Amino acid sequence: MIVRASLGFVTALIVTLASAAAWAGLYNPKTFTLANGLQVVLIEDHRAPIVTQMVWYRAGSADEKPGKSGIAHFLEHLMFKGTSKVPAGEFSATVARFGGRENAFTSTDYTAYFQTVATEQLERMMELEADRMVNLTITAEQVDSERLVILEERRSRIDNSPASQFAEQVQAAQYLAYPYRIPVIGWEHEMRGLTREDALDWYRTHYAPNNAVLVVAGNVTLEQLRPLVERYYGPIPARALPPRLRPDEPPQRSARRLEMTHPRVTDVSWRRGYTAPSYGWGEKQHALPLQMLAEVLGGSQTSHLYRALVIEKKVATYAGAFYSAGNLGPSQFVLIVNPVAGQDIVAIERAVEDVVRDVIANGVDAADLERARTGMQASTIFGRDSVQGAARVFGAALTTGRTIEDIESFPERVEAVTLDQVKAAAKAVFDEARSVTGVLRPRSGDRS
Amino acid sequence: MIRLRSFIVLACLAWALPAEASKVTPITSPGGLKAWHVHEPSIPIVTINVAFRGGAATEPIGKEGLAKMLASLMDEGAGDMDSQAFQRRLQELAVALRFDSGRDSFSLSIRTLTKFRDEAVALADLALTKPRFDAEAIERIRAQVAQNIRRRSQSPDAILSQTFFKQGFPGHPYGRSSEGSEESIKAISAEDLRSFLLGRFAKDNMVIGVVGDVDAAEAGRLLDRAFGGLPAKSLPIDVPETRLAAGGDTLIVRRPVPQSVVMWGLPGIKRNDPDFFPVTLLNHVLGGGGFNSRLYEEVREKRGLAYSVYSSLVPMDRTGILLGGLGTQNERVAESIEVLRSQLRDIAEHGIRPEELTAAKTYTAGSFALRLDSNGAIAATLVSLQMNDLGIDYLDRRVELINAVTLADVQRVARQLIRPEAMFIVTVGDPQGLQATRAVE
Repeated sequence: MIVRASLGFVTALIVTLASAAAWAGLYNPKTFTLANGLQVVLIEDHRAPIVTQMVWYRAGSADEKPGKSGIAHFLEHLMFKGTSKVPAGEFSATVARFGGRENAFTSTDYTAYFQTVATEQLERMMELEADRMVNLTITAEQVDSERLVILEERRSRIDNSPASQFAEQVQAAQYLAYPYRIPVIGWEHEMRGLTREDALDWYRTHYAPNNAVLVVAGNVTLEQLRPLVERYYGPIPARALPPRLRPDEPPQRSARRLEMTHPRVTDVSWRRGYTAPSYGWGEKQHALPLQMLAEVLGGSQTSHLYRALVIEKKVATYAGAFYSAGNLGPSQFVLIVNPVAGQDIVAIERAVEDVVRDVIANGVDAADLERARTGMQASTIFGRDSVQGAARVFGAALTTGRTIEDIESFPERVEAVTLDQVKAAAKAVFDEARSVTGVLRPRSGDRS
Repeated sequence: MIRLRSFIVLACLAWALPAEASKVTPITSPGGLKAWHVHEPSIPIVTINVAFRGGAATEPIGKEGLAKMLASLMDEGAGDMDSQAFQRRLQELAVALRFDSGRDSFSLSIRTLTKFRDEAVALADLALTKPRFDAEAIERIRAQVAQNIRRRSQSPDAILSQTFFKQGFPGHPYGRSSEGSEESIKAISAEDLRSFLLGRFAKDNMVIGVVGDVDAAEAGRLLDRAFGGLPAKSLPIDVPETRLAAGGDTLIVRRPVPQSVVMWGLPGIKRNDPDFFPVTLLNHVLGGGGFNSRLYEEVREKRGLAYSVYSSLVPMDRTGILLGGLGTQNERVAESIEVLRSQLRDIAEHGIRPEELTAAKTYTAGSFALRLDSNGAIAATLVSLQMNDLGIDYLDRRVELINAVTLADVQRVARQLIRPEAMFIVTVGDPQGLQATRAVE
């Protein structure tokens, strides 16, 4: 999807979203947009004198230029290096001075920064976060030293673990063209070549109020928040943003199969991922039914896959399904099996395919779907317990093309999903030609 | 643009805490169970956290992994419900029952919507008093645990922590693997699970925190329903006091990985030690303070040696450890350890600076309340405070105790605890230019 810049002419607008009757008051967020395009969301929670500020940028690794993989994440690290007004280390020291917490994270679709502090510190946090939206300064020495840090991060996350190495290969095979094929942390050879200019280019292109969402959650009211937002974020000018265009995925016409052996793998593991629609891509009407299908098919011990492979056939120690709907681009519906030691992988695949065929032909059982529905609806109530969690829900949605209404109406939309819709979604997603099967095996003989 | 704040803000935070603390009420159920309770009606959910004293360290020799296996089996069927029926019931009610085990304790967390609280505690009671331990479930979990043990045997981080405890506490239960071995897992029977459960899960051996949409009277009733069926008395815990074997050893477990992981330790202190806050503040400055510690600055910021570098005070029931870690490419392990040593030397000789003490104090005073940001976090804290016998007035005294720490206190504990030459170091990987003091498989 394309996010267009709204330059200057958006009048500030306050909307209080009233959600429909049955689930009224899920989060009840308040929202307004500054003239410079910064979208602001407030989730009030007055249980404790604590507040979380999160700034989300609509820029993630899938928006990187070819050959510059890892720059979104690298810049995230460099954002802690100080500005023309605030020396390196001062921001973090200020957060910590009164016990606050902070961090940042980068995904394929967004980059976000957050602080959790006592309410009276919120103003300082806004001052500092707004400052680094425009005034970042980084030196060549900082870039050189931080590049070593992200390379160590890559070693610890990926290179030290055969399972992670293999997952990276499988991910690259899942997409023929869409940039989700590239790891968020970057390919090592490209990370080594990332420069200060690359980082500043990324920063100047994507870091702007009209490309950001400010989410504040906690013990603050709209009346208190609004003047602070206007004072600190209001003066930052909007920028002309490039359209958010990514190479799109062509039709996938051939099932793919990857195998890797490694001396540090002790037991075989099996997975099959089907390229799938999401809330942001493809046949979006299947996204929510697929979330429920994943729960019924492989979300727990009572799921079809676990029952068939682990309890009845006893060919696996674990079997499950995963699906994430909240992408801007194509998602994956993934089936995972840990076979019992010595078990033939052909038998595993046959058993999985039996389950999949059955669900395409017969759909799922009404009682199974009801339990999934109950769990998903309850999770929205439990979700309100974490102030930071609530902020994350809105930040992720609003940077991937979804709306506040989408979040607020989630329980009702879950309520409305029918057995037929789940069956249709299963039929749509389980297409061999769009699948990548991965088998990770021990390499016998030379285990250290 | 950045103004220096005066310490008035510190005083404000110091007052914020008792306001929170005033919400915590000690309650006694009609059946005599004691708990700490916070009534928080704004979300229709109830959280009950429980800890039983005695964890993996109390396992019989040869049955290592028993507590972890028990934790996995506690929701695998109870009463007349087999595993599938029990799991379905939990899902129909959206109730989470989470059992977990550590070296010194065994815990249970119950989380439910208010409307299903009665059903939730009834299921907890069933799991605690009438677990089935069906052969099917035991064998299934045993196969999962065995596979996990094999996987961990090749994970640098898992090897690191196992080797650290095994070599650091030889002959003591803390040196035994709480995951168990493939062999010890094979030896565990339904009878072992039952006798561990009977010995540990008892009313004289538990602490309880209740938080959420439930008043004190109702909370008491729920607790009796959940835990009234437990036996009155537990078995005594027979785990001796111990001390980390820190005689300056450097151990290397050779593995062909691009990044070596390093763990180091020195004897620390227990939670009830009068020097707890001086040591906590010292650790904060050394490596506990996230993006602001000396180790972070010297190892990561200045030299780019590691992504993760930290130190941590780990108080256990029978000892305490000052423990740290980092991960770096094999070629730079020796250099990283040298930087680490020189930082320890510096802090041992010179202590910390006045401004570092101030920052550590304000952080430590403020961070506690800031972490109480959900019912779940509050329930966990209520349990941990009680497990450490800190008393409900601790919430009021905490900031005073922190503010009372002087530079001289920190200097003294630094000199006592930080002995760079005694540091016990374990490395897993293929470190270059680092000498091991003795061989380890």
